[in-house]
Amino acid sequence: MRAILRTTTAAVLALALTACGTSGAEAPAASGGPAEAPSGGSAPTSEPSGEVVVFAAASLTDALEAIAADLEAATPGLDVVFSFAGSQQLAAQIAEGAPADVFASADETQMDVVADAGLVAGEPRTFARNSLAIAVEPGNPLGIRGLADLARADVTLVLADEDVPAGRYAAAALEAAGVTVAPASLEVDVRAVLSKVALGEADAGIVYRSDIVAAGGDVDEVAIPPDDNVVASYPIALVDGSPNPAGGALFLAAVASDAGREVLAEHGFTAP
Amino acid sequence: MSDRAVPWGFGALAVVAVALLVVPLLGLLARTPWSRLVDLAGDPALQAALRLSLGTSLAALALSTVLGVPLAWVLARRRLPGRALLRALCVLPMVLPPVVGGAALLFAFGRRGVVGGPLATATGITLPFTTAGVVLAQTFVAMPFLVVTVEAALRALDPGYEDAAAALGASRATILRTITLPLITPSLAAGMALCWARALGEFGATITFAGNLPGRTQTMPLAVYLLLESDPDAAVALSLVLLAVSIVVLVSLRGRALGGRAP
Repeated sequence: MRAILRTTTAAVLALALTACGTSGAEAPAASGGPAEAPSGGSAPTSEPSGEVVVFAAASLTDALEAIAADLEAATPGLDVVFSFAGSQQLAAQIAEGAPADVFASADETQMDVVADAGLVAGEPRTFARNSLAIAVEPGNPLGIRGLADLARADVTLVLADEDVPAGRYAAAALEAAGVTVAPASLEVDVRAVLSKVALGEADAGIVYRSDIVAAGGDVDEVAIPPDDNVVASYPIALVDGSPNPAGGALFLAAVASDAGREVLAEHGFTAP
Repeated sequence: MSDRAVPWGFGALAVVAVALLVVPLLGLLARTPWSRLVDLAGDPALQAALRLSLGTSLAALALSTVLGVPLAWVLARRRLPGRALLRALCVLPMVLPPVVGGAALLFAFGRRGVVGGPLATATGITLPFTTAGVVLAQTFVAMPFLVVTVEAALRALDPGYEDAAAALGASRATILRTITLPLITPSLAAGMALCWARALGEFGATITFAGNLPGRTQTMPLAVYLLLESDPDAAVALSLVLLAVSIVVLVSLRGRALGGRAP
């Protein structure tokens, strides 16, 4: 009985070790494959393939997903995987060594965080611009007409935290308009602001114009005049040490292409 | 218990397990800005998060005790139809992802929620974005820990003591005060400690339901999450506080609720 137990344990352990060995052997292969692409493989014959990991600002969710879907359809074997979050969070993750191929930030500050960590390959390129708008409930029941109304006591206002690009832009817009507000919450990314308004928990929130497009009919837009508004620039770059630089470059090209710009425009972004 | 032979290979796997559990904590300590710690302790923003966390978690503990002990009692002692289902529903928040719990709270107690809607219309009171909302979120996720611990103690209790007291003419209140509560006190304490620790560490349901505003709804775990991006040192300092609290809770339990040693 004991012998059987021992044999079984040994077998399980051997299996575990084999499994470890396999995954250990796979890891270098996975990173080695694309790594040889630039050396032996800037050869134009090798089609970029495999997994491309894109870290992108939450506001880019719908537009980049659409661009990726087109790219995947055109490039068999390519799989674009996204991590959408507040740019500040993504920048911190990349600086801590998260294995991203591409970083698309909602502002230059967070791209600089990654660049300062020595993790940007080449020059970041601005690929889209965005501006702010006030999201209100459909039909605008409280009659919010501009930034000044956001200071009203009967308006439950939600902003993004000032660590988030959208939150910093919103603070700049409010300051430009000379409005002091008392927000009910400072959310961790701009899409959380949007959802609080769409769910009816908040009366108003300052988001990107593209977010209002993304929300469909769940929220209405109240425009912020150009004098108070802020233009957000979205830089994109290949991450230095990217596991799949060839795939990353392909994604960058797709975003910068005419088709990519068209998709961005459909989602409420403007050309750089 | 004597030191028995361990199956072959278990020693090595146990070492891996220990490393998996302990190395992250060492990582936290390695990143600790010990020289800045005194400065950070005086930081008004950190103190606000600390105060709010203490206040809300203690309020959640009080609410959980007042409501949870009677619930545990009913689950342990009353023959209700569908009691198993009721128990499963009541402890569901223990295994539910907290963010899902937060979303569920929004749909129930939010301004448009099935309860929150009528409440807002009738009284003008709304819970999201308020400190009360934080307490509600913490109670939702933490109370089940107290309920299961106290229920288990009540089931394990020898009914002979209570029967004897009743036979001798003691009233229900007297039996509760002099027999039952003293007998389950160790388990009640363990349940309260677990409940409090869970409330103190609550993140997902809080940020989803109550939002994030310093001084009102930004508890320590939320502050850690945001500070990690802007001021990692401060995030580590707050993390240390939470780690210290966790250790104190664990030591005070002395394995009672965790099965490490018989009481």
